[in-house]
Amino acid sequence: MTLTASTDDLGIEQLSGASLRDCYQCGKCSAGCPMADSMDVLPNRLIRLVQLGQAEKAMRAESIWKCVSCMTCTARCPKSVDCAGVMDALRQIAFERGAVPEARQRTVLFQKAFLDNVRRNGRLRELELVGVFKLRAFFRDRSLRALMKDSLLAPKLMHRGKLHFGGQRVKDRAVVGRIFTRCMTNGEK
Amino acid sequence: MEIGYYPGCALHGSSNDYETSVRSCLGKLDVGLRELDDWICCGATAAHSLNHKLAVALPARNLALAKRDGMTELLAPCPMCSMELLRANRALAACPRLRKEISEIVELEVDGSTQVLNLIQVVQKIGLDAIIRQVVRPLNGFRPACYYGCLLTRPPRDVQFDDCEQPSSMETILAALGAEPVDWNYKTECCGAGMTLADEETVLNLSHKILSDAAAHHASCIVVACPMCHVNLDMKQADIERRFGVRHELVVYYLSDLIGLALGIDEKIIGIDRHFVVKK
Repeated sequence: MTLTASTDDLGIEQLSGASLRDCYQCGKCSAGCPMADSMDVLPNRLIRLVQLGQAEKAMRAESIWKCVSCMTCTARCPKSVDCAGVMDALRQIAFERGAVPEARQRTVLFQKAFLDNVRRNGRLRELELVGVFKLRAFFRDRSLRALMKDSLLAPKLMHRGKLHFGGQRVKDRAVVGRIFTRCMTNGEK
Repeated sequence: MEIGYYPGCALHGSSNDYETSVRSCLGKLDVGLRELDDWICCGATAAHSLNHKLAVALPARNLALAKRDGMTELLAPCPMCSMELLRANRALAACPRLRKEISEIVELEVDGSTQVLNLIQVVQKIGLDAIIRQVVRPLNGFRPACYYGCLLTRPPRDVQFDDCEQPSSMETILAALGAEPVDWNYKTECCGAGMTLADEETVLNLSHKILSDAAAHHASCIVVACPMCHVNLDMKQADIERRFGVRHELVVYYLSDLIGLALGIDEKIIGIDRHFVVKK
């Protein structure tokens, strides 16, 4: 059984592939969640909101960005509801609609910088990611402390041969760019 | 034995000590690694959080490259990568329409038939008997807390490896090499994974619990098979100690480090001297 289209107006069920009607609110997902104690809306309640046609409220919860994608909820659900997949669907829709809460913007900023980096290089160039992310974060929060925080780590990483200036790029970067373009434009369905 | 190899970004970046370790250990056991040509990033958490199509397409491009180059098996020592590859595999194998669509997106035919293996599975494939025969320095005195983290065993539907609540594959291997793995509670709890930069507080909190439980069960070290777990438990350990005012001083080994030591490979060749926490 699936939720009716009018109830699930954000299409969470379709995007996640989880059958949300199966959830009978036992709370096992929230009981095992390592982030539960710092969440505003617990995982089982997020699913309940979607069941009740209030996906909009779920989408605006801070907790979907607190989630560390450890998949414990999905692994333990007695009804095989892919709760972590629901989190992903809520995040994607919140991101696309610009509905990310102010307090969690930093997480999105990081993930966006990560994807931009992979789009340009085909592989992650860590130093570039750290630089771009920290600068973008600085322009948001103006925190010099956050900007400089890990700078002492650089010589330690270098000493261990773990710091790569430049870093790797793939040969066929054009195809990576085309894959991103195709997914970003028709990826909503 | 030769096996296809997908290093992933971490192993070619700041977790290159893991690659050194895997290569030296498997090399000693006569397993050659053939690196996938022009592999791309799997997309990791960023892709599956922000764009669900990208989360299939990026790993699928790698699976398609493997198929094109005739690789039937692919070792991905990073559990994030191997989970993403396996998840794409399952989705593609189950749905002809998705196969067609993704093949067009990644510009290569992909069918979800490549066998993706984590490091522990490759060790199992070599076989404990073959490894034991080559042991020159048994791991006597090591009391490792084997830490699996999240994605080696979860989600079980996709990765289908070990028991997702009580895994024991690393304990079996290390016990056979002479170590005495401890029984503890945080084997499969999350370390904070890729939140290291975006939400450091979360990583410090979660990793502190893991280190504390290992210490409480008298572990002499922690063993991982994941680059992210290693960063959070090893590189961040000094920050954790400062933040919580404790001393953990737990060396964090990759599984291949300890197997390599047992096989008599020098610490420097394995790359153990490049960890942050080193044995005093």
